[in-house]
Parts: sequence; C-alpha cells; structure tokens
Amino acid sequence: MTGVNDGGPTTRSPVLEAKGLVKLFGRVVGLAGVDLTLYPGEVLAVIGDNGAGKSTLIQCLSGAMVPDEGGLLVDGSEVTFKRPQDARAAGIETVYQTLAVAPALDIASNLFLAREIRRKGPLGSILRMLDTGEMKRQASDHIKRLGISTLQNINQAVETLSGGQRQAVAVARAGAFGGKVVILDEPTAALGVRETAQVLKLVRDLRDQGLGVILISHNMPNVFDVADRIHIQRLGRGVGVITPKTHTMEDAVAIMTGARTLNAV
Amino acid sequence: MGRRATIPRRPICTRPSAASGTRRHSAVSPPIHGLCSGPGAAFAIEGIPVTTQMDDGPAAATAAEEFLNRPTTVGQRVQAVLHRQPALSPAIVLVLAGFVFMLLSNRFLTLTNLSLVAQQVAVVGSLAVGQTVIILTAGIDLSVGAVMVLSSLVMSKLAYDNHVPGALALLIGAAVAVLAQAVNGVLVTKIKLPPFIVTLGTLSIFTAITLIYAKGQTIQLQPGAFLLWSAKSVSIGSLHLTTGVLMMIALYIVVGFALRYTAWGRHLYSVGDDAEASRLAGIQVSRVLLSAYMVAGLAIAVGAWILVGRVGGGDPNSGINANLESITAVVIGGTSLFGGRGRVIGSLIGALIVQVFDNGLALAGFDPNYQVLAVGVLVIAAVSVDQWIRSVKA
Repeated sequence: MTGVNDGGPTTRSPVLEAKGLVKLFGRVVGLAGVDLTLYPGEVLAVIGDNGAGKSTLIQCLSGAMVPDEGGLLVDGSEVTFKRPQDARAAGIETVYQTLAVAPALDIASNLFLAREIRRKGPLGSILRMLDTGEMKRQASDHIKRLGISTLQNINQAVETLSGGQRQAVAVARAGAFGGKVVILDEPTAALGVRETAQVLKLVRDLRDQGLGVILISHNMPNVFDVADRIHIQRLGRGVGVITPKTHTMEDAVAIMTGARTLNAV
Repeated sequence: MGRRATIPRRPICTRPSAASGTRRHSAVSPPIHGLCSGPGAAFAIEGIPVTTQMDDGPAAATAAEEFLNRPTTVGQRVQAVLHRQPALSPAIVLVLAGFVFMLLSNRFLTLTNLSLVAQQVAVVGSLAVGQTVIILTAGIDLSVGAVMVLSSLVMSKLAYDNHVPGALALLIGAAVAVLAQAVNGVLVTKIKLPPFIVTLGTLSIFTAITLIYAKGQTIQLQPGAFLLWSAKSVSIGSLHLTTGVLMMIALYIVVGFALRYTAWGRHLYSVGDDAEASRLAGIQVSRVLLSAYMVAGLAIAVGAWILVGRVGGGDPNSGINANLESITAVVIGGTSLFGGRGRVIGSLIGALIVQVFDNGLALAGFDPNYQVLAVGVLVIAAVSVDQWIRSVKA
C-alpha cells in the first residue's frame, strides 16, 4: 500500500536534514542541539511532551523561526531560511496548527494565497489582473488529485467549512505546492474521529507521492498508525528515533516522559 | 452528507453469526468502509487498518447532519446573500430613502437636485475610499480629514503665496498626503501601535501643523487657477456635475478594480481577515498594511484637490467633520470594522445615503437635526447588520 521501504531509508539520501539546531528564548532552552533526518517517501512523526521543543523545531524547519545555531540541508545542500517564503521556495510546505487560512476568502483563493497567478498579456502585466479562472481550475485539479472529496464547491468561503474541511484545505495547499517536504503541526488536534481518518489518509497519499512528511502529534494511535519512523523530543533534545515495528506506544511514552531511555527499552 | 443513514449497522444485523462479525467490526476497516460509502468515499481507506473506534459515529453524525440539512429559513437565506454582497443592504436603504423623499418632495428627484447631491458628496466620498482600504485591514484612520485639510492648504498656499505652478503645487500637496499617511502606516507596522491610537495622535499633530502653517489665514485662489480645475462644471444634459465628481468616480473605479482583481487587493482582505494566517501563508503583512495607508494617502490627495475646488482655495477650518463622515460612510456602506469584509462601492453608497438624508429632509422641510439623528440610527443599524452577517454558516 505504500512506497516505503522497510529498512529502506538508510540507502537513500535524505531530503531534509537538520544538524545541531539550537534555539534559546532568553535563558529558556527551546532546542539544545537537535538533529533530524527526513527521507523522501516517508512519514516521520515528531512526538514529545509539552515544552519538549516540537513546535520550535518545526518552526525552524519551516522558516517561521531562525535557529541560533545549527544548519539545515535540503537534498544535501546547505540552506538558511529567514522567512517562511524561503522554506517554501526550497519545496517545504507547512500546515500550521492554527491552519493559516483566511476565513473570508474562498477555497481557491486560499490555495493560491501569496502565490496568485496573473493573467497573461497586458491585463496581467500592466493592470496586474488575477487569473481567477485558471486558479480555480488548478485548485480543483489539485483537490481532485489529492482525492479530497469533502471539498465540493471551490467557491465556498473557508469560514463556512467544518474543521475537517478547513484542515483539508490547508493540507491540500501544502500537498499541491510542497515540492519535497510537507510539515503538519498537530493536524488532527481539533478534529473528530472521522475527520482525523480523512486527514491521515491525506498524509499517506502525500507520502505515496514520494514527499517527505513530518507529522507532529500528541495522538499516539495516530502516530503509530501512519508514521514510518518516530523522532522523540524531550526537554529540547532529540532523545531517539524509533519505529512502530520495533517499539510499542508504551515504550514511546516512557521515552518521551523520561521514564526510560531509548537504550534501556 | 446525510445519505448514509441506512448503511452503518447492517453488517451486524444481516449476519446471524454475529459473534465473529462484531469483533472484526470494531477492529479493522469495514465499519469505516461503510461509514464513508457516501460522497466521502475517497476516504474509505481501502485495506488500511484504522485503529480508531468509529462504531458510535454513524448514529450521532446522522442525527446531527439531519439537523444541519434542515430546510433553511428565509432569514438564513437573506443572511447568506448579504454575506456574499455586503453592499446590498446599503443599496436597498439608498433606494428606499430616495423613494420616500421623492414622495415627500417633488423637487428631490430632479437632475438639478441630484447634481447638487453628487457635488456635495465628492469630498467625503473620496476620503471614504481611503478609509475603506484602511478599515478593510481591520484598522481605522481618525486622521484622514486632518491630512486632507493639510494637503489642500499646502496646495493652495504654495500656488498662491509661493507662486509655484499649479500642477507642481498639486503634486507636492499630494506627496504631503501620502507622506503623512506613510507616517501613520509606519507607526502602525513598525512600532506596532493600534491604528486608533496612532491616528488619534496624528489627528492632533496634523491639525496643529495645518493651523501653524496657515497662520490663521484662508487662501482664496484667483478664478481660473489650475487647482480650481476640480470645480469646473461638466454638464451632461441638465445633470450638472463637476470634474471633482468625475475624479471621485474614477477613484472608486481604480481602487475597486485593485481590490477585486489584483493580488494586492486579495492580500489586503486576507490581512484584515486574519493577519497571522496571512503571515504564515507567506504574505508580508507589514508591507500590505503600509501600502494600505499610502493608497489611502492618494485617495486623500484626490479629496484635497476636490476640497480646494469647493472652497475656492485653502481654509484650515474646512472639512472639520470630514473624518468622522468618512468613517460613517464606510460603516453604513457595509464594510466590517473587524476587517476583511466589504466593498469600496458600499462606501460610496454610504456617503450618498448620508447626503440624501441631509438633502431630502431639508427639501421636505424637516429640522436639519433629524438628519443627524437618522445618520446615528443608520450607523448603529449597519453595524448590527454586520454582526449578524458575520455569524453566517453555510
């Protein structure tokens, strides 16, 4: 069902690598030197207790925050992200916990927010007119390709959608434009059971298209359901990477809370 | 989404050997399969085990969805239409008011009278364009009137006292308006002060600068001066407009186009709607906000030129109420003070409503104070309607 690679990742070159990320907030340590490796076509879950540095880590990867020290590699070459646009230009799309959709705009406008398509010819170049028709066409193509059938009317304002549908819009945007990596921050936190299943399906689809997916979640069953590998954060450090095959949820929680170390499991 | 009511429990009911059936039911995919056999079928995750328990889902969801799909009431449909077309309710009010005043006075609906209304609305109408752009970003500008008076005074004083050519005086005056608005914009975006406080402060500052600069004098330009071109009359039949009125209409067309058809306009709505979401989506929020204040500066400059034409020069005491009138016009025009919702054409309608009440009540022989009363009622009604519209859910 998936394109993954039991034990495969090590033979491939990582699409995204973080090395020794450090981020301090005054005297509070957000990240104390975290390494992270993501391969194409895998779902890497990032778990950790509150304050473990999950969100800080993600924000550093998505350009929303600039790490104090450490480096990022995309496809093996060094990059620095000063703004979310930089990460986006490098093929990394992020679905934020806050969804980052503009409620009053319709689905197509939201998909193309900050990367609108202009009309061809003088209407676009001089009058800077937008090609709404083309954007709608492409938006419905993307949504169809991702198999999101909950979004039926592309002209619907996002504020009239349910939480799961809004999440689908945000994931569709990331999936449509994420060239290499899609980062999802707590995508199922506010969702019901069925909507959660829909989002997890989308996560698998993105992976099967060969994207690297980073999934931050508190929900252990979800994580063990979709993740290929699980990166565990504890107190600003990456304390280990496990897989759902080699470890149980109890192991993961024990490592996450510091009841056990990875080696002792 | 209520069309799967029949399916969920059938696997259990139809199979007598319920024991094994039930166990599998709660463990693996079939229930989800059944669950999603409606239009959500794409999520029927073929063959992928989903460990989440979904057995209790269908019954609850169906009841809720039946409720969701209950027939819409007339009120809901009206709400949905107004939600899509925020300028519709002021348009209805304008037409109704025009109709009532037509009945009250046979002089109201004459082209001569309507020309007068158009000329009277030109200054506030132009200011309202700038005010709309700022209010769409969830801001407010209390200083637009003060900036306009400053700009009009700079124009006429340069032309009259310093003998600067009219066109150059106009450009410098316009630059002053844009610069003053850039000051507002920088204070809002860089120092991150609330727009209300920033413009409350700059209202005093710009008013004081105007009075100091004017030294208490008014400027009366020579007839035929370039700056008075905005008062030149343009007659279409017995409709006597001025170039100022046409300039205001052009301003609405240009800004209306930019808001509706350009990425800038879309970003402006998006920032007003949810600034943080816009930032995360990759919009440079500060730049959009700053541009909103500077575009408002241009609209104010147009207003200043029209004001020079109407006053016949520069008067530091003109346009005292123009600022609040511009906010009134925008609010009555259906633009939400919470940002992200509204049409610039609504503000023109709003400005016209105020002017039509003024004019119509006077023609009908009412005490002019009733106009003030009516406008107050309209403002509160308009904001109430906005609150109601904003709660729409499809």
